[in-house]
Amino acid sequence: MSPSRKTINELLTAYPFLSSFLEDNNINYKGNEDKTLREIINLLDKNEQEELAINIQQLEENLESFIEQMSEFLSDDDEEVTSITIFPGTDKSGAPEKYESLELKKGEIVCIVGPTGSGKSRLLGDIEWVAQNDTPTKRRVLVNNSVPDSKWRFSISDKLVAQLSQNMNFVMDLTVEEFVTLHAESRMIEDIEDTVKTIISNANNLAGERFSKDTPITSLSGGQSRALMIADTATLSKSPVILIDEIENAGIDRKRALDLLLAEDKIVLLATHDPTLALLGNRRIVIKNGGIDKIIETSEEEREILAELEVLDKRQMQLRNALRHGEKLQ
Amino acid sequence: MKLVTFSGPPSSGKTSVILKTIESLRHRDVSPAVVKFDCLYTDDDVLYRKAGVPVKKGLSGSLCPDHYFVSNIEAVVDWGLENSYDLLVSESAGLCNRCSPYIKDIKAICVIDNLSGINTPKKIGPMLKTADIVVITKGDIVSQAEREVFASRVQAVNPKAIILNVNGLTGQGCFELSTLLTEESQDVTTLKGKKLRFSMPSALCSYCLGETRIGENYQMGNVRKIDLEKGENSESK
Ligand SMILES: Nc1nc2c(ncn2[C@@H]2O[C@H](COP(=O)(O)OP(=O)(O)OP(=O)(O)O)[C@@H](O)[C@H]2O)c(=O)[nH]1
Ligand SMILES: Nc1ncnc2c1ncn2[C@@H]1O[C@H](COP(=O)(O)OP(=O)(O)O)[C@@H](O)[C@H]1O
Ligand SMILES: [Mg+2]
Ligand SMILES: [Mg+2]
Ligand SMILES: [Zn+2]
Ligand SMILES: [Zn+2]
Repeated sequence: MSPSRKTINELLTAYPFLSSFLEDNNINYKGNEDKTLREIINLLDKNEQEELAINIQQLEENLESFIEQMSEFLSDDDEEVTSITIFPGTDKSGAPEKYESLELKKGEIVCIVGPTGSGKSRLLGDIEWVAQNDTPTKRRVLVNNSVPDSKWRFSISDKLVAQLSQNMNFVMDLTVEEFVTLHAESRMIEDIEDTVKTIISNANNLAGERFSKDTPITSLSGGQSRALMIADTATLSKSPVILIDEIENAGIDRKRALDLLLAEDKIVLLATHDPTLALLGNRRIVIKNGGIDKIIETSEEEREILAELEVLDKRQMQLRNALRHGEKLQ
Repeated sequence: MKLVTFSGPPSSGKTSVILKTIESLRHRDVSPAVVKFDCLYTDDDVLYRKAGVPVKKGLSGSLCPDHYFVSNIEAVVDWGLENSYDLLVSESAGLCNRCSPYIKDIKAICVIDNLSGINTPKKIGPMLKTADIVVITKGDIVSQAEREVFASRVQAVNPKAIILNVNGLTGQGCFELSTLLTEESQDVTTLKGKKLRFSMPSALCSYCLGETRIGENYQMGNVRKIDLEKGENSESK
């Protein structure tokens, strides 16, 4: 039976996620759960329907599309993304890129370096759009070594790339708990309460200063906001690729943050010029004049530098905490 | 010539997105022109001219800009055809939450921004619900979580649309948008006989026409009264 012919009760039983659809479409069905959508709309007179700009036929079509999209999103039979392969295109002057192909595997951190305007964001854009020779760079991107499904381009719930913004301003007027719950709901997570608890506790492990679930998100510090977003993305995002444009040093344990993301088997792409972070990656992609110029494997010597930097970083963090707690530096 | 209609709430990023998208189109040798419809005032024509884009503007004054759009778009299309542009973009200020300037078989794009609040998709009528493409801007200044929540609200009211996150400042996403503008759409030779996607209310009220005085004596046309008895129910209207 077509969903449009089912009563609201039948719909909500079969597809619990429809309650948000009905609410977002301003369908007031309270007391009329035994009716179909069309019957409820027909309770309004023609003038009221016109004023609310309701077109029942369109609404029914939307209901069916929404059910289809959500059912696909919730189904588990999606193929897991294990690799992304980028084939060369051309740089800004039209010269072909020199590498053969570049394969990114899950659980891997890859850094992207290059001056402003060199084409870092374009490379990330090519991955997000799963370019098929149809972007200015003429690159081609494969997912799991095959020509990707067009859902990666157009689905908003199944995106290939989740991006942690550089600016961490929250605009909603909610507490930490309300906010993460809202996000979890929109992601159709089953065990919302536990998931929210885990996210908040993970975030607190990353942040220098602790915050409670009742803190308004707008009053979180820069470091706390970042910590919350990283923990939130690690848990709630289904996207296999996580893109980070420069994690600042703002009072957050960056190594732990990356570990949290890697524990979820993501491919982490990191645009950064911070040596500690750049060396955490196995490889770094050097972008020049719009093209991939080199791919450098992190060497043993470089890793030794990393050990050095980590000691310095720890010391910095320690001093920062001492300052925060009003202690004398020593 | 192709025609695309952009609409969206004030300051949502329409002009920024159109300008960056046009830049991508020019690399593909498409010659664009723009028409801007607004109510009382706009500077957008200056911005387009500065970018070297031929532009016309129309101010509706105290009329609903979308009503004004319907009465004038045909003439503007003729202007575009006379000048042999490849693509005519119309930008309309979405000031009327009830109307929308979308025409059947003409690509319709709604631009809204992440800062407008998660209940905005619920409040915007046909302008959002009947668009083919919904462009969401200003994702650079909110968190990933807020972007996802906002996009899911948009999806709930317009599940058939292609939803794109675009940055109006850097132009990230505009190349991708530009490829969607011209595909699968037919050349227009005239708008005669074409229909709006969604009817506009037939009778306007006196306030649509610029009335500012409050009171029964000044109310004309299609005036509907709030039902204070109905309580909760009337809130959703
Ligand atoms: N941070 C940020 N700002 C943006 C973005 N897109 C647009 N803006 C800014 O938002 C403001 C309004 O942008 P416009 O492009 O003029 O918006 P509009 O919808 O054309 O506005 P009206 O035509 O006046 O209704 C400008 O200051 C833009 O620079 C974006 O993606 N991110
Ligand atoms: N290979 C390329 N061919 C053509 N244009 C390119 C190429 N790579 C980058 N660009 C363009 O150069 C500009 C700057 O690139 P962007 O990715 O924003 O740089 P970054 O993020 O490194 O600052 C953008 O307009 C982008 O589309
Ligand atoms: Mg960039
Ligand atoms: Mg504008
Ligand atoms: Zn109107
Ligand atoms: Zn009115």
